[in-house]
Amino acid sequence: MILTRRLVTAALVALPMSAFAQAPTGKLTIVTSFSKDVTGPFKAAFEKAYPGTTVDVQNRNTNAGVKFVEETKANNAVDLFWASAPDAFEVLKVKGLLEAYKAKAEGVPEKIGQFPIHDPEGFYSGFAVSGYGIMWNTRYVAAQKLPEPKEWQDLATAPYFDHVTMAAPSRSGTTHLTIEAILQTGGWDKGWDIVKGFSGNLRAVTDRSFGVPDAVNSGQVGYGIVIDFFGFSAQGAGFPVKFVYPSLSTIVPANIAVVKNAPNAPAAKAFIDFMLSEAGQAVLFDPKIRRLPVRTASYDKAPDGLPNPFKFPWVSNAKFDVDKSEKRFAPVDALYDQLITFQHDALKAATKAIHEADAAIAKKPNAEASKLVAEARALVAAMPVTEAEAASAEIVGAFKGGSAKEKAPRQAELEQKWATFAKEKYAAALAKAEAAVKAAK
Amino acid sequence: MSVQAATQSAFRAVVARPGQALVGLGVALFLAAFLIIPVITVMIAAFQPKGGTGFTLVNFQDFFATDLFRRSFWNSLYVSAMSVLVATVLALPLAYFTTRFDFRGAVIVQTMGVIPLIMPPFAGAVAMQLLFGRNGTVNLLLDDWFGFKIPFMEGLNGVVFVEALHYFPLILINLSTALRNIDRAMEEAAQNLGCSGFRLFRRIVFPLAMPGYVAGASLVFIKVFDDLATPLLLNVKDLLAPQAYLRITSVGLADPMGYVISVVLIVASLVAMYLSLLALKGKDYATVQRGGGGLAKRTMTRGDAVLAYGVIGLILVLTLAPHIGLLLLSFSTIWSFSPLPDGYTIAHYVQVFSDSGQYIVNTVLYAGLAALIDVIIGTAIAYLVLRAGVPGAKWLDYAATAALAVPGVVLGIGYLRTYFGVTLPSGQSLAAFWGMIVLALAIRRLPLALRACTAALQQVSASLEEAAESLGATKARTVRRIVLPLMTGGLAAGFVTSFATAAVELSATMMLVQSSEDAPLAYGLYVFMQSPAGRGAGAALGIIAVVIVGICTYISNRIVDGDMAAKAGAH
Repeated sequence: MILTRRLVTAALVALPMSAFAQAPTGKLTIVTSFSKDVTGPFKAAFEKAYPGTTVDVQNRNTNAGVKFVEETKANNAVDLFWASAPDAFEVLKVKGLLEAYKAKAEGVPEKIGQFPIHDPEGFYSGFAVSGYGIMWNTRYVAAQKLPEPKEWQDLATAPYFDHVTMAAPSRSGTTHLTIEAILQTGGWDKGWDIVKGFSGNLRAVTDRSFGVPDAVNSGQVGYGIVIDFFGFSAQGAGFPVKFVYPSLSTIVPANIAVVKNAPNAPAAKAFIDFMLSEAGQAVLFDPKIRRLPVRTASYDKAPDGLPNPFKFPWVSNAKFDVDKSEKRFAPVDALYDQLITFQHDALKAATKAIHEADAAIAKKPNAEASKLVAEARALVAAMPVTEAEAASAEIVGAFKGGSAKEKAPRQAELEQKWATFAKEKYAAALAKAEAAVKAAK
Repeated sequence: MSVQAATQSAFRAVVARPGQALVGLGVALFLAAFLIIPVITVMIAAFQPKGGTGFTLVNFQDFFATDLFRRSFWNSLYVSAMSVLVATVLALPLAYFTTRFDFRGAVIVQTMGVIPLIMPPFAGAVAMQLLFGRNGTVNLLLDDWFGFKIPFMEGLNGVVFVEALHYFPLILINLSTALRNIDRAMEEAAQNLGCSGFRLFRRIVFPLAMPGYVAGASLVFIKVFDDLATPLLLNVKDLLAPQAYLRITSVGLADPMGYVISVVLIVASLVAMYLSLLALKGKDYATVQRGGGGLAKRTMTRGDAVLAYGVIGLILVLTLAPHIGLLLLSFSTIWSFSPLPDGYTIAHYVQVFSDSGQYIVNTVLYAGLAALIDVIIGTAIAYLVLRAGVPGAKWLDYAATAALAVPGVVLGIGYLRTYFGVTLPSGQSLAAFWGMIVLALAIRRLPLALRACTAALQQVSASLEEAAESLGATKARTVRRIVLPLMTGGLAAGFVTSFATAAVELSATMMLVQSSEDAPLAYGLYVFMQSPAGRGAGAALGIIAVVIVGICTYISNRIVDGDMAAKAGAH
């Protein structure tokens, strides 16, 4: 019995080795958050390029995918993990669930702007890049006689009140990066001022990234803060939408990685190589995919309307400190949720009153009213923690858990403190703005 | 009674009825293996310090110290209670007219009444928004004609509106079954004593149907309390279930608060269930004489008929609106910011049929098996609780009911954690076996079937069984020949609710599907609904789910109706 098992094990070990010398064969299992529109063309192209392979795609949302790989690691049956959110790959990497692999690819630059395209330690590879921006429903905007936005700050102005939507950064890795990019480029206080400015105009903060383009496509909301391919692929499907990149954006890679102890590692590696090859990168131009390649030469054959992000003037200037972002990842999410997502009614009420006061002052200038509005704005923008505190060992530790110190605050305590802070400030801001309206009348 | 005496009497009870004790043990093992143990492996995080080990209650202290959670708790209570109220208003007329009157199309109405329960994930949400949303059909037209809009889907009351539309069938199904089972003699006696009209309904008919109503109402309450799909669709996050979900499903480190909220949800559901049992306590709803075919069906006058059809038509149009929206969406080319789609096509159905046949077969197989398991286990538990003196039977009921409050993701992760290491003879992991999806669905829907089975058994008088036994029948034979036939209606109701809701379940399935060949329809729908181009195809798949469930419901309603007619004929 033992002998046979050894023989079988030996055969299993030997099989991939011998297969490696030749072309990869057999079943390749991929866990992905990408829709069938994206995975279908890649599956077809890869199976054609490597006859004898079959690709089995398992669709899971990013979080379910991460949990799945984690829970099944003892008897892993997954070869590749393929998703957008860079944070998911970080989590898998830290937990030791990925295998390092350096793709054999030419013509892929090391970085886009400040952001490395592949994981510097080689655990995951970028296969496409995406930027965040604003998409809007042209019918909605025309019917309500609303303007077309260019910058994040535009979304904070009065005409956009209640017409915008966005996913919570704690629910969407890419939204998180957008917020982080604004915080890094604008600075902590100015950045939060911008973020709270347009967040006060949000109709709702959704819990699902795809909920945003869904709402804009169906015309329930006018504008959405989305990753670029949501806008492009909605256009590709025929929806009346437009998309724009604001200048304070960031371009980030979408990734693929080999899972540790992959049952068919040779095929998994071949798949990554294929994706980064000229043929593989061309698949990204499919009208239902519309994603931006990482191979710069591929842009020569890009379809009309698809931009080349490597040529955006702001990309090379955009600052992005990956270490800083990683350190304060959880606190930034929790700050957004406690100050904005779960206090949204209060924030909206204050924002609306400020818009009204502005309108009243524009009609009839009044020094006292202007002073009150400025105070109200400052109250809305106020932050319970400074930049240094957000990245301090104490706060970061509260989110990590397992702290040895008895006195260290717990996540729940911090969250309650921040929520109370926001509630009080927004109420005070509302009172000031209302007083400003009275003074200007 | 001293503890010793209690143990002795429990012991005697087991010795006296070894068969029942064995059934009880089997059910207990099933629940332990597929509900309790997997859930505990995950939920234990609620009692541990974050990222550490050991036991602590500090997380619960944090729960009660957080404004957001306290607010969410009260909001959840409000929404659940209001939903029961609104759902009752919708269900009562449908149940009453179709069971008490000679009503043409009663089976159709009963079937249509179940459809709202089947809200395909994501596709249903999009369709709802396109009809009732801020810029949905209704509001665009209202704005055009009258210059105002109605916030159907805003805030807590929006949640109540959608939840009531979605879950009122739970009351309808259970109440109709109960009404059908009332003995005609009771009503006749009351009429002989001069009681009629609304008074007859209020004093005699409705009280006799109470077990069915309470079963339905308590289910609606708990379902709404634990539901997260609807609040998330409406972007209402100040409720307990969404709070738990948002915390459990965030990428990265697990936050114990998500599990703490889940524990609170489970406890609250059990308390609600306990209160509903108290409401029925000390009353006897069983009727001895059977085979009367339920309440006397009477003919309506022309005026009454017009009124009744009018009311029913109105309710059906309102409750089926989401599905009408879904149907339109499945045939539409582009539908954006307009009352109706821009154009129509059958391309989505062509696409779905060409590559989704497997999904449909899997769905019928999984949901059918799951519903069958539910009815069997549900009947066993109901019998043990109401009839047998097996000690601790009540706890089986509570444990099964608690499943209602366990988030699907928690169950899915629990299964992976408990069973992934176990390999089948084929070398496949046990958690990768499609049967696990069936078991997960069965556990998630067991509470629905259990309430229906319990209500059905409550209306069967124990004296019928005693009679059978004193005539020499064994316990097993009595159950098979007397109890089960009398419970047919309730069993069918249980089967339909389990089947219909299991057919569109996604959250646990999402964790357990291991290959696309094993995937059910809800999963296929999820795959489609993640891209703009897949919206129509997703809706088409949703319509197919609705049609499948509709056909199954219709067949089982026909069986029950035929059964009743046969009994009445024999009388």
